[in-house]
Amino acid sequence: MIFIFLMMMTGFTFAGGYELGDKADDFLLKNVDGTMISMSKYQDVKGFIVIFTCNHCPYSKAYEDRIIALDKKYKSEGFPVLAINPNDPEMVPEDSFENMKINAKEKGFTFPYLFDADQKVYPLYGATRTPHVFLLNKEEGDLIVRYIGAIDNNHTDASKVTESYLEDAVDALLEGGTPDPGYTKAIGCSIKNKASKK
Amino acid sequence: MTLKKIITFFLLLGAVMTVSVDAFSQREQTIPRMDFETFEPWLNQDNDTVYVINFWATWCKPCIKELPEFEKLNATYENKNVRVILVSLDFPNKHEERLLPFVADRNLKSRVFHLTDVDANKWIDKVSPEWSGALPATIIYKGDTREFHEASMTYEQLKSIVEPKR
Repeated sequence: MIFIFLMMMTGFTFAGGYELGDKADDFLLKNVDGTMISMSKYQDVKGFIVIFTCNHCPYSKAYEDRIIALDKKYKSEGFPVLAINPNDPEMVPEDSFENMKINAKEKGFTFPYLFDADQKVYPLYGATRTPHVFLLNKEEGDLIVRYIGAIDNNHTDASKVTESYLEDAVDALLEGGTPDPGYTKAIGCSIKNKASKK
Repeated sequence: MTLKKIITFFLLLGAVMTVSVDAFSQREQTIPRMDFETFEPWLNQDNDTVYVINFWATWCKPCIKELPEFEKLNATYENKNVRVILVSLDFPNKHEERLLPFVADRNLKSRVFHLTDVDANKWIDKVSPEWSGALPATIIYKGDTREFHEASMTYEQLKSIVEPKR
């Protein structure tokens, strides 16, 4: 409880979200298999690929296979994917927890698909769209934000990607370097909350 | 070729032509597909017109919801110094399948462009450094004065921004 309270406080204090070099807070969110997941439960990882994504968004759908491939490639290297659905299902029924379970099963997600049910985690991180990536690197026990942005530079066709931003960023961390670019942008679906309802 | 086949051919040809003529007559505007370089001058017109440029997509629910607000603005200021441009970010391969029928069905009167440049990291900051890339997004400018909104907008909001610039 204290942990959740602290997390909320931090969220309110830094409403703007994370910048590169910031220490990322842990979260405790429900996975599609019913278990509660937090990053502190992971032993022997070098970091995390945190991706805010959802069921309904065409950009998210376009990247599902690529996110699975990223998890398969980097989980064994110490950078597992954690996918988080930040949307309010009252705004988008397709993004309900039940539909998350169906989507994860149908697509064969190899990674946790977590539900930000209270919509507290995405503003803490500063996610604004789906998909939106935050690459965290474990440094002296803390998780430090080292890359924020897009997965690559062609959402429509994986075979025509010329800049694999996220892969390059993870590779840079694995080699002991710093991702460059650290920030990238992509078009995506806005995150749906009640405040955005007009 | 038998006579029957020839007749069938012409009947089919006739049907295809009828369908295309119908589709064409419904389409009141042609929607150009453009890369960012072609589109960019529309962000930097230096004249007395107020440009209201909305980034949207047919699959984006909040975008669809606010389209009538932009249409109303466009109708209100028709032939005045306000120009509404709706820039669709539908996937490039959805031009015929989704965008054209959508614009025809809704009978959109504002000018529609289809920005098909997928390499968005190269151009999002050129639209506005404030833009994270989420849809909908709107830029309103006249000459050097401009403002950017990454949010849904109402007609009243749009009007209150446009009026002082005119």
